[in-house]
Amino acid sequence: MGRIGRKFESLHAKNEKALIVYLTAGDPSLAITKQLILGLEKSGADILEIGVPFSDPTADGPVIQAASQRALKTGTTLQGVLNLVADIRRMSEIPIVLFGYFNPIFAYGVEKFAKTAEKAGVDGVLVVDLPPEEAPELRIHTDAAGLDFISLVAPTTGGDRLKTILKDATGFLYYISITGVTGTAAPKTADIAREIGKIRKLTKMPIAVGFGISNAEQAKEIGAIADGIVIGSAVVKLINENRNSDDLTEIVCKYIKNIKKPLV
Amino acid sequence: MKNLPDQYGHFDIFGGRYAAETLMPALLELEEAYDKAKKDKSFAKEFDWYRREYAGRPTPLYFARRMTNALGGAKIYLKREDLNHTGSHKINNTLGQALLARRMGKKKVIAETGAGQHGVATATVAALFGMECKIFMGEEDIRRQEPNVFRMKILGAEVVPVKSGTSTLKDAMNEAMRYWVGSVRDTFYIIGTTAGPHPYPVMVRNFQSVIGLELKKQIHKTESRNPDALVACVGGGSNAMGTFYAFRNDKKVAMFGVEAAGHGMNTKEHSASISGGKVGVLHGNKTYLLQDEHGQVRDAYSIAAGLDYPGVGPEHAYLAQTGRATYVTVTDAEAVDAFSFLSRKEGIIPALESSHAIAYAMKIAPAMKKNKIIVICLSGRGDKDAQTIIETM
Repeated sequence: MGRIGRKFESLHAKNEKALIVYLTAGDPSLAITKQLILGLEKSGADILEIGVPFSDPTADGPVIQAASQRALKTGTTLQGVLNLVADIRRMSEIPIVLFGYFNPIFAYGVEKFAKTAEKAGVDGVLVVDLPPEEAPELRIHTDAAGLDFISLVAPTTGGDRLKTILKDATGFLYYISITGVTGTAAPKTADIAREIGKIRKLTKMPIAVGFGISNAEQAKEIGAIADGIVIGSAVVKLINENRNSDDLTEIVCKYIKNIKKPLV
Repeated sequence: MKNLPDQYGHFDIFGGRYAAETLMPALLELEEAYDKAKKDKSFAKEFDWYRREYAGRPTPLYFARRMTNALGGAKIYLKREDLNHTGSHKINNTLGQALLARRMGKKKVIAETGAGQHGVATATVAALFGMECKIFMGEEDIRRQEPNVFRMKILGAEVVPVKSGTSTLKDAMNEAMRYWVGSVRDTFYIIGTTAGPHPYPVMVRNFQSVIGLELKKQIHKTESRNPDALVACVGGGSNAMGTFYAFRNDKKVAMFGVEAAGHGMNTKEHSASISGGKVGVLHGNKTYLLQDEHGQVRDAYSIAAGLDYPGVGPEHAYLAQTGRATYVTVTDAEAVDAFSFLSRKEGIIPALESSHAIAYAMKIAPAMKKNKIIVICLSGRGDKDAQTIIETM
């Protein structure tokens, strides 16, 4: 079992829910991303999703699209993100998932990516545009390297398809809380509870919920039914609004502490 | 040739279904509905009726005598897709997809558009079948293809301006896909070219294959044989796939796909993904892409808005890899010359996209013997480009 599995186990033992925080690497710079990550760990973030910027993020809403554009403008590359993870790993054991699209990984070379990511201390990968049908070309390398392959389940995913996804999922299951792109709608707790109930009958794997969660109220409601919540666009927005502030890290950490409270 | 794609939409290493999970069930549902329709004779009959009675098919295969004489080589025929209702080959595909949408009970359709030809063809079928219609179009394209924006609005479609990236076709497709992720339960996405996730490349190719099937019959009637060469422009590649497909097993028929070299292949301002790109994944399929060394997609450029796309249909990538088709390039300047040449020699104003095919035929025809035959797919009419041409004059 890797860092992700151990984290969910230890949280479960404490009856706590996981707070998974998404950041776009390189927005506003890789140095600040590093500073934020180290601060977030102390503020209650349990798992980090580090977004690898892509020119055409078709599953993301306006907030993460803009962050990706800014990160690319400052020259952020997949290699730069892998170096960042290696750097963080010297100081922290927080589980790290790389979140992104397939083309930058494909251009880097799938085998080289899997080996370098493992060596850097990456724990899992979540590739938005790599459904189970296309996943083998990456997974033959990432599975071999011991990286978790985080699978997505959408509100539109039907019964038979769900079974296929669950069969090969590792780490945790990411339930998409809205029928839409990231950060564009508020999730409906009753619908999510019903869907998670169905999934639980089929798997013991931890389930995290994300795509539309932006405040402590939602964190509390969804934390009560899932094993973890993912918060992304709201954090990215906060970072951008305070990009020039000396207190950027404090502001973001305060926000995260507040989200974590109802999950403990 | 092998019967491609395979069941997952792969043309060898190309194609596939690289889509977000939210869309996967919709893509599988679409594939199932399309497979069912394909086997249903009443669908074929219905489709054929609309193509004939509404779109005006068959389109003529016209012998361009003055063009042929002026170039002094091979005989040149034009497959007149510009004479379709709405002024381009795009209606072949939108009629097929709208009929499918109707069978699936979807009352809302969306589409991306570059030159506006696919947008107009989609708005047209949406009006015809009483469907709600949204068209995503880059702001730069809205500016340079204004007449088509007016047509879409007159037809009752909502034109959604897209501001991201270079505000052209790639960005319009990104935005259409995002909108579809949020509306997938009741909305049908009519993709305009042989790209996107499976089953779009194969479905659009099949809907467009009427071009080649018709022209094969027509040329056999007038010349009693196959042409020696087919020439068609390639952005995403739907008119070219439609032209080539019926001839894929006729090895003696040369196929030329003409990509846009924009300001030149020695610059970064072009749209030639096969001639100047590398294999990658965008918009749901693996294909040749204009991209940097880090896998970030580069902005394409062409004077022809309909070719201004950094990818290409996966089946073209496959035909290029196997050598069955040859992919060449034509610059903005050469396309503009061809635009004027055809207008003045034949009284036919071609779309700037199709002008790329004409320009390439003008390069190869003079060196060919007089008994050789070239067929050019004249994919669209050029009225929409008057503004752009006046600016270059």
